[in-house]
Amino acid sequence: MSLPERNAAAMSTQAPTQTPTLEVRNLCTSFYTRAGVLPAVRDVSLRVAPGRILGLVGESGSGKSVTGFSILGLVDAPGRISGGQVLFKGRDLTQLSAAGLRELQGNRIAMIFQDPMMTLNPVLRVDTQMIEAVRAHRTVSKREARAHAGRTLALMGIPSPEERLRAYPHQLSGGMRQRVAIAIALLHAPDLIIADEPTTALDVTIQAQILSEVQKLVREQGTSLIWITHDLSVVAGLADDVAVMYAGRIVEQGSVADVLDRPQHPYTQGLIDSLPSRNKRGQRLRQIPGMAPDLLSMPTGCAFAARCSRATSVCAQEPPEREIAPGQTVRCFHPGAADAQ
Amino acid sequence: MRSESTPLIELRQVSKTFGKAADSSVQRLLQRLHVTRPRPVTHAVDKVDLRIQRGEVVGLVGESGCGKSTLGRMVAGLLPVSSGTALVDGQPRDSLTPEERHAMRLKVQMIFQDPSSSLNPRLRVDRIVGEGALLHGLTDKHGFDDYVSAQLQRAGLSPQLRQRYPHQFSGGQRQRIGIARALAVQPELLVCDESVAALDVSIQAQILNLFMDLRDELGLTYLFISHDLGVVEHLCDRVVVMYLGRVVESASVDDLFARANHPYTQALLAQIPRFDVRSTRYDAIQGEIPSPLNPPAGCHFHPRCPHATARCREEVPALREVSPNHLSACHLNDLS
Ligand SMILES: Nc1ncnc2c1ncn2[C@@H]1O[C@H](COP(=O)(O)OP(=O)(O)OP(=O)(O)O)[C@@H](O)[C@H]1O
Ligand SMILES: Nc1ncnc2c1ncn2[C@@H]1O[C@H](COP(=O)(O)OP(=O)(O)O)[C@@H](O)[C@H]1O
Ligand code: SF4
Ligand code: SF4
Ligand SMILES: [Mg+2]
Ligand SMILES: [Mg+2]
Repeated sequence: MSLPERNAAAMSTQAPTQTPTLEVRNLCTSFYTRAGVLPAVRDVSLRVAPGRILGLVGESGSGKSVTGFSILGLVDAPGRISGGQVLFKGRDLTQLSAAGLRELQGNRIAMIFQDPMMTLNPVLRVDTQMIEAVRAHRTVSKREARAHAGRTLALMGIPSPEERLRAYPHQLSGGMRQRVAIAIALLHAPDLIIADEPTTALDVTIQAQILSEVQKLVREQGTSLIWITHDLSVVAGLADDVAVMYAGRIVEQGSVADVLDRPQHPYTQGLIDSLPSRNKRGQRLRQIPGMAPDLLSMPTGCAFAARCSRATSVCAQEPPEREIAPGQTVRCFHPGAADAQ
Repeated sequence: MRSESTPLIELRQVSKTFGKAADSSVQRLLQRLHVTRPRPVTHAVDKVDLRIQRGEVVGLVGESGCGKSTLGRMVAGLLPVSSGTALVDGQPRDSLTPEERHAMRLKVQMIFQDPSSSLNPRLRVDRIVGEGALLHGLTDKHGFDDYVSAQLQRAGLSPQLRQRYPHQFSGGQRQRIGIARALAVQPELLVCDESVAALDVSIQAQILNLFMDLRDELGLTYLFISHDLGVVEHLCDRVVVMYLGRVVESASVDDLFARANHPYTQALLAQIPRFDVRSTRYDAIQGEIPSPLNPPAGCHFHPRCPHATARCREEVPALREVSPNHLSACHLNDLS
């Protein structure tokens, strides 16, 4: 797709009337461990419209994966969704039966993991797995299913799909395995894909190939995509919207242009400022002091306070999520441009 | 006195192969008679020349499996070379007496990607950090505590944490323990192999700052292996680009990022996601890095190169100077 076309597509989906594919409202997920209750996801709200890509960014342990798993109803004990709603095309998935969820998973909603072997079965040939996946949700002949599998591999830009269909996962390189896993996720042209760091372990050249194919598909098929990553530069190039997580909460959210160019939350600003490319070559990097809090013993109030240069006494309260510009929300008592400080 | 131009480390035509084909004449004979098949040979590093001057920070980049870690381990003396010569301070490593070699080994320390797997989980931090120094007489029993405290402090850790075990630390702190341990034997060169790759952005910035501070304070030299070109651009003076065991380009950071010569380097640079670039249309180089077990003939890059010609499929391009201190191995440079 050419650039102008893409921008046009992005504009049209920005229309406020568009019903989102996914709307998460005040989601809370905790792990009830022997050491205590660990609130991994706290009061998370998100929306993703058709054909849009939301980048979910944050550092290790901030709750990105648990958010993804919660949306899909894949949180296992000792974890549990303890509050909120996950509305998929208006239906609340948290209220769905296990059978109802299974029918949606791998069909209307798909997940892509960092490790493709979470999706792939090591002892089955690629075609066997893909045929099975097609026929799980559609009554077609094996032949038709296999042909569809081949077309989907080709769609992912996989060279000589016929050869790959006959391969076992271990015969493929890491990048090829990930592309096959993504192709399986795409088999039923799902309405929503949640991708959890699928390119983090891959080389930049392979990452670029995958990003290019995924981006094309989302635009063409109107899929909603949540791309989980810790890499702000990937989000900058790929996503339309971005949500920044810290200690289980979304601290800032909005369009990529707003949040990355005009970040208002001190944590977002700190993250961006610490990127080597945002610093003068050879100079010390600006850094956020300290480290993320232990979720098992969270301080009350703003979780970032101990590292924040703007913290005041009011920050001992929990900052509410507030809209500070159309479509941009921030959880901070003292939001504002970094220069204003 | 050492002359100014004697590199701290020099590799001359250094190669490393894994899984030797035929070690003995009997094996060779059996192979010729087709009784046994040769075991596959990986040319992990293929005739590499590398010079690292004192005080320099050299970045080593390339796709996974291209031989960066193998090269780094040979520089550190942790892996013997299969052929070629490694010189430390102008002296060939294999001409040294065992004692000299030992001293040389201390000079070059390695910092790994995964700090936890390189720290003994059963030892307290003070022993992890100080044991090497004690063994090599850099400190004694009486001075041990002070010595360890100084190393911890230099690596940005509170000396009060000395009694703890590695699992009681965060990833970033564990990386600092690894750095303190390396500093304790007073090295001149640190080989950092993906040392910040496993760390979060904000912690990565803290560790990179520590590396820069140590360079200023101790005059350390670095070989900095990374797949993150943004980090390399920020930190390094010079960059060496590897592809499938060979060096394909080497230049100052400014030169490389402004005027990459080799088609592979150009492709690599075009594909790094950049924070300042919005709504990228990713236009990837096609194909994957081929297996080093069976590398393409001629220029290894030719199956993926948009400029490849018949000559590229047959003849290995030599690494030549294309402008002062800028080397590249591409036949296109013969045309101009
Ligand atoms: N099965 C579990 N039992 C207990 N705690 C868990 C479990 N899974 C996740 N957590 C905790 O939930 C929090 C969020 O985890 P999550 O995996 O979502 O983080 P993340 O942002 O995806 O991190 P990473 O980038 O490292 O994958 C962490 O504190 C983690 O330790
Ligand atoms: N001990 C070994 N035995 C066999 N092959 C090896 C060994 N160590 C490394 N290799 C191979 O050598 C090549 C280069 O490896 P390495 O230097 O670790 O790559 P990088 O660090 O760039 O990812 C790879 O193909 C790898 O599989
Ligand atoms: S609420 Fe207070 S402590 Fe938290 S980020 Fe804002 S200013 Fe900093
Ligand atoms: S030598 Fe030929 S194949 Fe190799 S990089 Fe140059 S033009 Fe491309
Ligand atoms: Mg995760
Ligand atoms: Mg390596």
